[in-house]
Amino acid sequence: MSLINYASREINCKIVYYGPGLCGKTTNIKYVFSKVAPETRGKLISLATELDRTLFFDFLPLNIGTIKGFKVRFHLYTVPGQVYYNASRRLILKGMDGLVFVADSQTDRFEDNIESLKNLEQNLVSHDMKMDGFPFIFQYNKRDLPSISPVEELESVLNQKGAPFFEAVASQGIGVFDTLKEASKLVLRLLTTT
Amino acid sequence: MGGVSLFQDDFRLIHQSLEKLQQRTQANAILLIDRAGQLITSVGKTDKLDITSFASLSAADFAATKQLAALIGEEEFSDLFHEGERENIYVSMVDSKVILVVLFDKRSTLGLVRVRATQISKEISEIFQNIYKKLEEGGPTTTSIVDAEFTREAEEEIDNLFK
Repeated sequence: MSLINYASREINCKIVYYGPGLCGKTTNIKYVFSKVAPETRGKLISLATELDRTLFFDFLPLNIGTIKGFKVRFHLYTVPGQVYYNASRRLILKGMDGLVFVADSQTDRFEDNIESLKNLEQNLVSHDMKMDGFPFIFQYNKRDLPSISPVEELESVLNQKGAPFFEAVASQGIGVFDTLKEASKLVLRLLTTT
Repeated sequence: MGGVSLFQDDFRLIHQSLEKLQQRTQANAILLIDRAGQLITSVGKTDKLDITSFASLSAADFAATKQLAALIGEEEFSDLFHEGERENIYVSMVDSKVILVVLFDKRSTLGLVRVRATQISKEISEIFQNIYKKLEEGGPTTTSIVDAEFTREAEEEIDNLFK
C-alpha cells in the first residue's frame, strides 16, 4: 500500500522480491545496491543466518528523485525463500505495491518454482489480495547455467496470466535493472489509476 | 489496492500530538510508522538515526511479535519494550493501523512513557479515523498529484537511475 504524505511531500512504494530458496532474490537487491549512485540509496539491511541465507528479509530504500515537488521512494524487500520460513514470508507481503517473482531456471528447480508460486498465492489470501490485483513481474534467473529450462516452458507453466518477464543472470547484473525498472514503472502507473 | 494519503491539516494534528508526547515524556525521539514499515512522521532528535531502516525494522519487529502472540493464543502483544544500556525503545500499536515508537533514555521511565503513549494513541487514532472518513467521502485522492505528467517524469527518473 503506497503511502502518499502530502505534508512532507513524499510518496513511498514497496516492491517485494519473491521466489524459491537460492533463486537469487538477495543477489538482485545486492546488485542494485552496488550499482546505483550512493546518494540515491539507503542502507542495505540483511536479516540473514550465519550462512548468509535470508532469515527474515533484505531491505533497500531507493530515492527515485523529486517529481512535481514530491520525493518518490521505493522500498525493496526480499522474502526468505526456504520453505520453513513461511511465517516471515507472509509478513513481508503486507502493504506491498508490486512483486517480482524470481524463478530459478535450472531444470532441477522447476518444481520449486511452482511450489513457491502456489505458496505466494496462499499467502496473498491472508492479506485479502489476489494475484492479479497488483503489478507482477517474472524474472527467469540463472540463464547462464548449463541445465536450464527453455523460457517458453517456464512461461507456459509459471506465467499463465502473461505478466511481463525478463531473463536474467543476477550474479552478473544481467536483467536486474530491466526487471526493477519495469516493476517500478508499473507500480507508479497504478498510482495514477487509484 | 489504494494507498493512504495524508493531508496538511491531519499531518499538523498528528505532529502536535507527537510533540506533546515528547514533552510529557522527555523522550529523545518519537516515530509514527505504518504497518508496512514506512515512516509517516517523526519528532525529536532523529538526525543521527537512519529512520528509514528504523521504520522498516520496527514494523517487522511488531509483525513478528504478533505472530509469536498468535502461537500462544493471543491476538497480539499491544506493546513492546526493548531495554538498552543507554537508550530504550517502546513500541505500541495505534488503532491496528499505525505503530508508535518512543525512544527514551534514563530521563524518563517505561511507566511514564506507557501511560502517556496510551493517552496520545487515542488522539492519533481519532485523527486517523477522520482521515479514513474523509477518504470514504471522496476527499482528495492520489490523482490530484499523481497524473500522467507525474508518471512521465517519474519514468524518466527511473530510466536515469537504472541505466
